[in-house]
Parts: sequence; structure tokens; C-alpha cells
Amino acid sequence: MATTRALTRLAVRRTAVPAVWTRSFASVDTTPREPIAKAGDPSRPTVPESKTSTIKEPTPAKEAKTKTFHIYRWNPDEPSSKPRMQSYTLDLNKTGPMVLDALIRIKNEVDPTLTFRRSCREGICGSCAMNIDGVNTLACLCRIPTDTSKESRIYPLPHTYVVKDLVPDLTHFYKQYRSIKPYLQRNTPPPDGRENRQSIADRKKLDGLYECILCACCSTSCPSYWWNQEEYLGPAVLLQSYRWIADSRDEKKAERQDALNNSMSLYRCHTILNCSRTCPKGLNPALAIAEIKKGMSFT
Amino acid sequence: MAKLSGLQRDVLSLYRQCLRAVREKPVDARPNFRAFARSEFEKNMSLSKKDFSAIEYILRRGHRQLEIYMDPGIKNISR
Repeated sequence: MATTRALTRLAVRRTAVPAVWTRSFASVDTTPREPIAKAGDPSRPTVPESKTSTIKEPTPAKEAKTKTFHIYRWNPDEPSSKPRMQSYTLDLNKTGPMVLDALIRIKNEVDPTLTFRRSCREGICGSCAMNIDGVNTLACLCRIPTDTSKESRIYPLPHTYVVKDLVPDLTHFYKQYRSIKPYLQRNTPPPDGRENRQSIADRKKLDGLYECILCACCSTSCPSYWWNQEEYLGPAVLLQSYRWIADSRDEKKAERQDALNNSMSLYRCHTILNCSRTCPKGLNPALAIAEIKKGMSFT
Repeated sequence: MAKLSGLQRDVLSLYRQCLRAVREKPVDARPNFRAFARSEFEKNMSLSKKDFSAIEYILRRGHRQLEIYMDPGIKNISR
């Protein structure tokens, strides 16, 4: 059953994606997905929120739609202190619709020590990737679940080293990205000496690949990447690798494939498909990995 | 000397790497680098040796710091 589902997901072409598979916004309330990390993630032992204080909204108004957020906190300046879950209550009537709005409001009005990355607030920079209610997503694309009786839990990306609070250390991820040489490699100059041209059909092959913003949501949701971070490249980097393998202008396709041709870099993908399920941009890294594997088996 | 734990050996190996990296620096700046490396280690001497997660975190930070200071562009250091 699980295999047939995996195959149908793989069979879905990037070009004609049925409406079932597309999501316009990453949200936790409309499409309930299985959490990647359960509440009280064993990989992140923390002091539970029941044992820490709750910071309340400055002046709660009447008819307030109060929602509680449990947020992972850890301060590197006190390295011997344990990570803890801090609770914050916010009135949703005064807060913007997205989780990032809530975080910014907490930082501005309640607790300025809360630390997180953010930049574009519209899902184009990939800075605010975090684990919200067990799903890796961008805080700026994730609506606050309006059900105020349920409490939201916000963690940093799972299985990453934490720099502070919600900020993960992505150094290794970027090093891996550098290792696939994400740039055009050519030995011959373009025929007319100006631009490297590409047909419309060739350009179309890059749709669904070039949109990746390297937020690391997919890589950090992949169990295979959790256990083999050092050697397995992970879905995000492999998607980028395929973006250059599929590029008609690139002349080092064989070298790129050679670099992946070992047991660890590529073949640690076991089509778990957490990556395609979690991608906040609605891309399909698992399909790209399958295409790399297919391309390599026919050479 | 007592048998060292894995973590203790990691710390010592980081200290050795720091001392080796000092040799790549200009001769007259070497004492400064050596004193700096030593002071960075001494800063965290008060940590309990059972506080593994804290020690591991500081080790990672130390490796990152070492990588930065190994840059040949950094010729001298002062406090």
C-alpha cells in the first residue's frame, strides 16, 4: 500500500500536477499532515511548558481570541542551561494571520529576547523555516490555526544544531550545497558569442526545480538525512543537483552524475517522501531524486 | 594520568589543533594567538565535566572559531 502510494506520487509529473497535490499556502489547519516530530520530540529533550512560566499579552482586551504558543527557547550564553518550552498567549484579533506575524508580535511587544530568522515575510527567502506543530514549514507561509482551544508548538528545524532559540545552524547544509557546484559549467563559448540560449522546451525542464529557495525544510524532515547528515546530501541539495544535471546549457552532466555515483551521496534516498510532503513551496524533491537515479541507470 | 573520556580527548585534540594553527601565524604574533587560545579554553574551565551537552556545544563553537582564525588574512590578535 505504502509503495503504491509512493509510486503514484513519483509518477505525478511536475508539468501537470493534479489539484490534489498542489497547495497554495502551507498551513497547518487545512491539510492535516502527520507530524514529523511528535510533541515532546525525543531528539529535543526540553523542560516542558508546564514547568516554565507563561508570558501573557500586555493588556488582554474583552472578547479576545487568545491562543497559546509554546516556543522552544535556548540561550547559548548560558550553555549549561537546558532548553525549555516557553508559553506565550496572544490575542489573534490583534495579530496578523501568519505564524511569523505572531512571532514578530511576541518579539516586539512581549519578549524581545525571542530569536528567529526572518526577512522577506512572503516565502521567497526561506529564512523563517521552522517546525510548527510538527511540520517543517516557513513561518511566513503558515497560517495560525484559528482553533484557539489547541495550542501551537514551535521548534527549530529538527536534527539541526541550534544557534539560539529558533535559529538552526545550516553551515553543513550550505557546505553540501557548495559541493555540488551549483553554477553553469561550460568549456565552449556560446555559438554567437553572446548568451547561452535555450529552447522553450529545455527551459520547461527546469520548472519545479529553479523555484527551490533552500529553506532546508525538506532535508531536515528526511529520516535518512537525520541519520546520515555527514554523507547523504539530502533532498534539497539533490534537487539543486538535478537542476544543473537537467540544464541543457551545462556541459559537465557526466561529471555531476559521477560525483553522485556512490552509495551515500544519492542512494540514501529510500523514497520516504517526507520531502515532497513538507515542501512549503509545493515542489517535489523526491521526483527530482528519482529522475537523477533514472538518468544514472541509463548511462 | 587517568584514562580520558572521549569528550575529554576531543577537547584536548581541539587544543592541539589550535596550537598547531598558531605555527602558521607570523612569528611575532604567535604568543598573542597562543594566549588567546588558552584564554578561550580557560573561560569555560568552571563547567561541570558531566555537563555533556554544554561541553559539546562549546566544542562545536570552538571548531568554528578555529576555522575562522585559521584564515591566513588574520595576522595578529589582541584582547
